Amino acid sequence: MGVEGIGASVVRKEDRRFVTGKGRYVDDIKLVGMTHAYFVRSPHAHAKVKSIDSSAAMKMPGVVGVLTGKEIVDDKIGNLICGWAITSRDGTPMKMGAWPAMAPETVRFVGQAVAVVIAETKNQAHDAAEAVVVNYEELPAAADIRAAIKPGAPQLHPEAPGNVIYDWTLGDEAATDTAFKSAANVVSLDITNNRLVPNAMEPRAAIADYNDAEEHFTLYTTSQNPHVARLVLSAFYNVAQEHKLRVVAPDVGGGFGSKIFIYPEEMVALWASKKVRRPVKWTGDRSEAFLTDAHGRDHLTKAEMAFDASNKIIGLRVKTYANLGAYMSLFSSSVPTYLYATLLSGQYNIPNIFAEVISVYTNTVPVDAYRGAGRPEASFVVERLMETAARQLKVDPAELRRKNFITAFPHQTPVIMAYDIGDFGASLDAALKAIDYSGFPARKDKAKKEGKLRGIGFSCYIEACGIAPSKAVGSLGAGVGLWESAEVRVNPVGTIEILTGSHSHGQGHETTFCQLVAERLGVPISQVQIVHGDTDKVQFGMGTYGSRSAAVGLTAILKAMEKVESKARKIAAHQLEASEDDIVIENGAFKVTGTDKSIALPMVALAAYTAHNLPDGMEPGLKEGAFYDPTNFTFPAGAYICELEVDAGTGKTGFVNFVAADDFGRLINPMIVEGQVHGGLAQGIGQALLEGAVYDASGQLVTASFMDYTMPRADDLPSFKLNHTTTLCPGNPLGVKGCGEAGAIGASAAVINAITDAIGNNKLEMPATPDRVWHAIHGNA
Amino acid sequence: MYQTTYHCPSSVEEAAALFGKGSDSKYLAGGHTLIPVMKQRLAAPSDVIDLGKIKELVGIEVSADALIIKAATTYFDILRSAEAKKAIPAIVHLASVLGDPQVRYRGTIGGSIANNDPAADFPAAVLALGATVKTNKRSISADDFFKGLFATALDDGEIITAISFPNPAKAGYSKMRHPASRFALTGVFVVKTKSGDVRVAATGASQDGVMRVPAVEAALKANWAPGALENVTISAEGLLSDIHGSSSYRANLVKVMAQRAVTAAG
Ligand SMILES: Cc1cc2nc3c(=O)[nH]c(=O)nc-3n(C[C@H](O)[C@H](O)[C@H](O)COP(=O)(O)OP(=O)(O)OC[C@H]3O[C@@H](n4cnc5c(N)ncnc54)[C@H](O)[C@@H]3O)c2cc1C
Repeated sequence: MGVEGIGASVVRKEDRRFVTGKGRYVDDIKLVGMTHAYFVRSPHAHAKVKSIDSSAAMKMPGVVGVLTGKEIVDDKIGNLICGWAITSRDGTPMKMGAWPAMAPETVRFVGQAVAVVIAETKNQAHDAAEAVVVNYEELPAAADIRAAIKPGAPQLHPEAPGNVIYDWTLGDEAATDTAFKSAANVVSLDITNNRLVPNAMEPRAAIADYNDAEEHFTLYTTSQNPHVARLVLSAFYNVAQEHKLRVVAPDVGGGFGSKIFIYPEEMVALWASKKVRRPVKWTGDRSEAFLTDAHGRDHLTKAEMAFDASNKIIGLRVKTYANLGAYMSLFSSSVPTYLYATLLSGQYNIPNIFAEVISVYTNTVPVDAYRGAGRPEASFVVERLMETAARQLKVDPAELRRKNFITAFPHQTPVIMAYDIGDFGASLDAALKAIDYSGFPARKDKAKKEGKLRGIGFSCYIEACGIAPSKAVGSLGAGVGLWESAEVRVNPVGTIEILTGSHSHGQGHETTFCQLVAERLGVPISQVQIVHGDTDKVQFGMGTYGSRSAAVGLTAILKAMEKVESKARKIAAHQLEASEDDIVIENGAFKVTGTDKSIALPMVALAAYTAHNLPDGMEPGLKEGAFYDPTNFTFPAGAYICELEVDAGTGKTGFVNFVAADDFGRLINPMIVEGQVHGGLAQGIGQALLEGAVYDASGQLVTASFMDYTMPRADDLPSFKLNHTTTLCPGNPLGVKGCGEAGAIGASAAVINAITDAIGNNKLEMPATPDRVWHAIHGNA
Repeated sequence: MYQTTYHCPSSVEEAAALFGKGSDSKYLAGGHTLIPVMKQRLAAPSDVIDLGKIKELVGIEVSADALIIKAATTYFDILRSAEAKKAIPAIVHLASVLGDPQVRYRGTIGGSIANNDPAADFPAAVLALGATVKTNKRSISADDFFKGLFATALDDGEIITAISFPNPAKAGYSKMRHPASRFALTGVFVVKTKSGDVRVAATGASQDGVMRVPAVEAALKANWAPGALENVTISAEGLLSDIHGSSSYRANLVKVMAQRAVTAAG
């Protein structure tokens, strides 16, 4: 309804403040009497902390205090937790080592904090931090999966012998083995899913403000889920009781998952603020972001796919080692298990799947959810296997996929997920058409004549969003429910405030959420304000990640809207002396159908608040809340095709075309969806071609700045051709599925499939740098 | 960044005098090397002496047989210069593929040469063209100027004032960019001098910084054509090897970039 309703590419409301420099990020906040924190961080990947001498630092100008790991442990501040319990195949619980917010005895990754200096200015804190003398005894380090699982490897945590956190399985091993025995063909691959640094534009930051008289804390922080932060900080970390802690996540400059987690720096800031009785601010710099933000991915996988004689898939067997870093971050355990192995069926009918996942500790920064979280890894495994199979079986890659597509819904996979709806053939067709697939052989020939290596690659991804049905995730080990809450407040003058537990840090909720109100009430979005990111304003929420905010957060708003509308309708009917059933809402007014009688929304609101003339027994006011717990995941899916050329002399890849055909269900704002897909594709292509976090054998991060870590730049990327096909999600009233991660999930396989097609060598690891591609061309990859 | 004293002299003479007074002075030009290092607290000069505002250090001149670029001229001013483009277009091309717009607006040719980063672009042009580096004390020939990684023939406190590039018969530059930093993963500058000599310099490849490539020079001297390099092999020994390029890959790049530079030179 109306020009600003669902489906309209409304310009983003929030951009006015962002493009005029009026965004208000944590670092923009300055409190009276504020001090600054600077952390003393370990230069070693693994070492014992023998002693810390802060006497010289204490005498430096402006220093308010130097606090150490021992003190935070003595003050009984809790260890960091992992909120998803995974059980190993032998029935034992996962083996979690202790993670104190600052290391009192042992450091296990470069960058781990051992002490913090609090001073009047940031520079003074930094100067004094350099004067803190830490005496380390270096220990041997295990900097990657292979080094960590080798016999005789250095042990990180006494709780986890052999550095194994869990050895977990999903699916029917015996049935899968049987399927492989009967296979006509088996395709197998060794896959490295490269480790990535999230690199949000805004580094993490925190300001903690302790109010002595009230015994109350306020925390301003760069969080994707302030309520979860408050819950964890109070229930587990013993920093403050929940009603004595307000968490505010104001404008947040990107998260990509890395700002879901509660980090040591926020805990230390809160604790230190009480210790020094002053507000404490910490703003990370880019180097700290590289060293201490949770990284993403980092799998080693052996994957095999079995086919029968008619090229139907009969089995999939996957063994994955996942690197979780030196400590278990908040959701780290779930990423390579329930967010990964459950998607291994891809878009295909696969009767037998067995996955084993072994997660290990290494002397690297913790690894946790990063845009896509487990699903890019799964999609990469399945889509690399499909392309490899097509080559091995000498069939067209599009046809092999089509032959194995799931076409009847709902579809129960052998790995928990029950797909509700989809039309995989439709998105493949749309992508084939967009790239002119039938013209490809001629284009390849022409390129060959010009001395160029041209290739094409597919990726038909599926993912699970709308995270998640609380009961289901609870049964799988999650420590929280994954519903969302909302409150709709109609003010006495008829303007509307929507309070949501979702958090916008680039997604455009301040626009899309208003569009729902515009759709239902026919009011302009300028009459609607979205309120989020403050635990004092919004009662509760689970935050934004996993492409859940439309499917879960917006549905919660819809549920609250329905309650508000129902009450407003009653008031309107009463005022208009009509039957409630005859009231329709149009263009911001409540009308009696078939008459010219109507009352505008502001008058209904005013009536609700003056309460002079309400139906008998009705409470005054016009404000309703709702909690919404989804009934299933949603399943966005699509087909990506990449066409590119490789320069044989340098190994450099140049894009010719990249097409995406996504099925996200109903689109609330197509322009914003496009932006989300562009960003996701950039990250997916970044993983395929450019990005890779590299630690050397001693555990030093080699790629610790943008001089060595290749972030995608505009000229590294093609101009994307986006298409949409639509099946409406039956699981929620809006029919939405989620679009935030799709690009990052689907793109990498398309790119690697295209390069390996171009060069005629299937052995190629990500990131496919010119160096690696050149070596692959020359057969010595 | 640590405390430092900033000076803004208006002449080369004044700059040199200020340099002598500080306990640990550093000249500042574009600041795109020095400032990041200071921000990382890896350098802590007592005095920073800005050369960028000294008029006699900025500008581009042409003589009958040479292109003279003053030391504090930015890459942007070089790539925009019609005189430079007319005299030695390969230099303008080099400036246009150096870094990113921010780097090109700030960075200077003098800073680049003085810093002698093993992956910097301009050292390749200076060496291949057989340029002369002019300082406040003397003239130094390119062959004597570069002394390995981040090392030059400059004395402490010596100021580069200009670089004089003799006009070549032909010149071309081809660069494979480092994916992350956009420095040269390997860049090759090829020159055919007016006297018929061939000089070729590669940057980004060697562990010792910018280097001449005798094998390529010999082949091109015999036949100035990309095809002439088909059978030339470049040894990987002594070449850089890191996550972005193995030494054998860089050896390949020396040859491929040389071929493309010859094509560009015409
Ligand atoms: C992101 C990034 C990308 C870059 N990419 C490239 C690239 O692709 N190719 C490339 O070649 N470079 C690149 N650079 C380096 C850039 O060109 C630097 O600007 C250059 O190396 C130094 O020049 P400057 O004028 O900035 O010098 P400054 O940083 O000001 O000084 C550098 C050093 O030279 C000394 N110095 C400066 N001028 C003189 C002088 N006239 N006489 C004596 N000593 C002097 C200074 O004392 C200092 O020690 C890049 C830099 C960055 C930050």
